[in-house]
Amino acid sequence: MDLHNLTAHEVGDLLRRREVSAVEVTEAMLERIEVVDGRVRAFLTRTAEQALEQARAVDAARARGEDPGILAGVPMALKDNLCTEGVRTTCASRMLAEWIPPYDATVVNRLKKAGAVILGKLNMDEFAMGSSTENSSFFPTRNPWDLERVPGGSSGGSVAAVAAGEAYYTLGSDTGGSIRQPASFCGVVGMKPTYGRVSRYGLVAFASSLDQIGPVTRDVTDCALVLGVIAGHDPLDSTSADVPVPDYRATLWPDIKGLKIGIPREYFGTGIEPEVENVVRRAINKLEELGAVCEETSLPHTEYALPAYYLVAPAEASSNLARYDGVGFGLRVPGRDIVEMYMNTRSQGFGPEVKRRIMLGTYALSSGYYDACYLKALKVRTLILKDFENAFTKYDVLATPTSPTVAFRLGEKAGDPLAMYLSDLCTIPINMAGLPAISLPCGFSQGLPVGLQLIGKAFDEATLLRVAYAFEQATEYHRRRPELGVA
Amino acid sequence: MEYEAVIGLEVHVELKTNAKAFCSCTTAFGGEPNTHVCPVCLGLPGVLPVINRRVVEFGLKTALALNCQVASFCKFDRKNYYYPDLPKNYQISQYDLPLARGGYLTINVDGKERVIGITRVHMEEDAGKLIHVDSPDGGYSLVDYNRTGVPLLEIVSEPDLRSPAEARAYMEKLRTILQYLDVSDCKMEEGSLRCDANVSVRPRGSQTFGTKTEVKNLNSFRSLQRALEYEIERQIAILESGGRVEQATMAWDESRNVTYVMRTKEEAQDYRYFPDPDLVPLEIDAAWIERVRRELPELPDARCRRLIEDYGLPAYDAGVITSSRDLADYFDRVVALYPDAKTVSNWLMGDFLRLLNAADLEPRQSPVPPEELASLLQLQKDGTISGKIAKQVLEEMFASGKGARQIVEEKGLVQISDEAALTRIVEEVLAANPSVVEDYRNGKEKALGYLVGQVMKATKGKANPSLVNRLLKERL
Ligand SMILES: [Zn+2]
Repeated sequence: MDLHNLTAHEVGDLLRRREVSAVEVTEAMLERIEVVDGRVRAFLTRTAEQALEQARAVDAARARGEDPGILAGVPMALKDNLCTEGVRTTCASRMLAEWIPPYDATVVNRLKKAGAVILGKLNMDEFAMGSSTENSSFFPTRNPWDLERVPGGSSGGSVAAVAAGEAYYTLGSDTGGSIRQPASFCGVVGMKPTYGRVSRYGLVAFASSLDQIGPVTRDVTDCALVLGVIAGHDPLDSTSADVPVPDYRATLWPDIKGLKIGIPREYFGTGIEPEVENVVRRAINKLEELGAVCEETSLPHTEYALPAYYLVAPAEASSNLARYDGVGFGLRVPGRDIVEMYMNTRSQGFGPEVKRRIMLGTYALSSGYYDACYLKALKVRTLILKDFENAFTKYDVLATPTSPTVAFRLGEKAGDPLAMYLSDLCTIPINMAGLPAISLPCGFSQGLPVGLQLIGKAFDEATLLRVAYAFEQATEYHRRRPELGVA
Repeated sequence: MEYEAVIGLEVHVELKTNAKAFCSCTTAFGGEPNTHVCPVCLGLPGVLPVINRRVVEFGLKTALALNCQVASFCKFDRKNYYYPDLPKNYQISQYDLPLARGGYLTINVDGKERVIGITRVHMEEDAGKLIHVDSPDGGYSLVDYNRTGVPLLEIVSEPDLRSPAEARAYMEKLRTILQYLDVSDCKMEEGSLRCDANVSVRPRGSQTFGTKTEVKNLNSFRSLQRALEYEIERQIAILESGGRVEQATMAWDESRNVTYVMRTKEEAQDYRYFPDPDLVPLEIDAAWIERVRRELPELPDARCRRLIEDYGLPAYDAGVITSSRDLADYFDRVVALYPDAKTVSNWLMGDFLRLLNAADLEPRQSPVPPEELASLLQLQKDGTISGKIAKQVLEEMFASGKGARQIVEEKGLVQISDEAALTRIVEEVLAANPSVVEDYRNGKEKALGYLVGQVMKATKGKANPSLVNRLLKERL
């Protein structure tokens, strides 16, 4: 049995039945990483010793007759912008290359309580800025389906690790599509929950009003399970919502008869590859076959989402990243005085994309431009939210492509930031509106995965999961695994 | 030409909540550097602030005491600037939607009452402290983050103040109110109360404002008054010589007694304020405001009026007594036991405050509790001890912490009113001082005082003075 080909809930069942031990699964996973990560390069930091210790603790609990839960003992890994006590958290930046947080993020805490076995920290675009994981200060991660292509970004490491069988599930963060776009590129399930559904405490901030942590999994059931562990109110995050968390797995019900699905035409506009559009339209037909009522609709302000996003996100980022100055923690490059030290540290610590966004954001907030840039963007944001609210008076969910293209080649867009920004066209409006959305594999184009994006009402992740589950049960795409040229 | 000053003050008050504004670290003053810190107040990557509701509560109290309109909806903003003791390189503050606006307080200068407008009251967090170390290769700085995240209120006045004396009176009145509210230690030497002053001058009678300068970080009443005096003179001198005042941020050099330019208008900072996305806006409902309003203590102006009306105290006495909540509380407790308010006020304003100041204590820390002061006054009133002895006993009470009665008994200070015993002593004194007796009889009134003194000396001050006077006169 190839343990690494299973899903988290399948491994969880084996563990519960004590057909394998958590230590065995963990050792198998560590070996798998050893075999494939030289090609995929998903991991920035491996924590084998800690993982084995956590696995032993789960085995001991089960030996005592306890049931620590379905995900206990199942190996997973974390995007490297989630703080882990005692384990370096780099954000794939030279700025934090050696930084070891003294605390765990709330999601890490919750995972540990659920018996998670944490294999390590995963590569990403520096400070989560990018759409290809080529902006990592350390090395790019590769798409397991085609090693010459990008895995997407910024959670490229999180997504590639799941696709390559190096972890049963991972966590990523999604500011403008950073979970869903790579999930689409790598043929896995990725969800951005409603803003406020999952505590951001311990997530190194990129753009605080847009960031959200979410699961990356092999199937919808795993997505439901992981979301159930990490969701819920956290007194340490005042933007986290005090809304009850349903038992998501129990709501997975492959019956979507009569469910109303809106198909916003703006998401099928220019820039979408014809084959990607075909795959997505066939997926929508499948949903209709399953009994859903699909209907074209319009979200008229969609075209303004991207420019507005590129004012709001950099504005917040410019402020959030001001703390990396060489004074208290992280990289320090000396200078003759404090100002020169600041400048040397920030010049050498940040990569070009981060600098670009800091400059954009600083400009957007500066006096004289605030009203024309930042404030205008906030108004656009309100219009985008109203579009969605309007649509959700008629529809239960909306369905769109996750990305207008399949995974592109390494280096193909690296020199053209605007082309890179366009790859998040379909995901950005959802962050601007704070809504939940999921990307799931819905077919292939040129042998590469294509993602279907489902968008839901605020805090209605359950309906998203249900629709995704119905589609998944009726198709086989989620069972395909990349070859990777290894046994 | 005659000029008048136009002054507005921005006062920063450190709130004495137990916990910091956005985390649960202690706000205790001092402590080993960097011991009162956590990831949140250090601004480590990934942390989030959560507002401490006590901070809002203290802000509300202050706003209501200053007659402000409290906002039902306010938010926090980020004020972005780089400074090594500011961990996040932005300060969480409030910009366009502050906690409260539009209040006032009254001051009294040279018997003239003035109403000074309060523009706004807002909440923000404090920064840390830099410790500069000299060394042969140019020196370096250490950062102590213990104070980062300590809650501050900023109270901004209208430009209604017209002289350094008024500015000082405003600041003193504000401190008194804050002390009554018990929201701050108001210790200027520890930085828990400090202010920036906006100051301009204009020809008397003019309605337009002159160009203002801002004098930063005035941390004593004395420096406030002297810096303003200097700055006003400086600006007048510029105008008199035909020059123009440059808009600038100034600092006060305490040792040289001058203000100097820190930044000019051209170098003004762009703080790039924007709403802090980590903190949800704050909704303050009417019920919350009402609850805080009901819990407000009696404030100095009301208390001063009560002392005048209920006890018939002179306005001056009432002003001194109520200038400190502590002293006023003490006064009330003494008067409850010894209802001669004027006598109590005399004692408090006199020996009591003198002894307290000498020991650098607040009335509440007095080694003489109000009950003991009342019993001391009672002992004097019923003739057990003389006024002079009473002063001695009070000093003894301060020094030893013993009760009045105990000291009087232990030291045998009970007044001698026994006529037979005193007569004997009086006769001895007269016999011993024939020449003084002679002087008196020749019309030297002063000689009587000397003889009284001798009797007092012989009785160690315990003789009843009026009895001594009568006995002496009878025999002279
Ligand atoms: Zn703290």
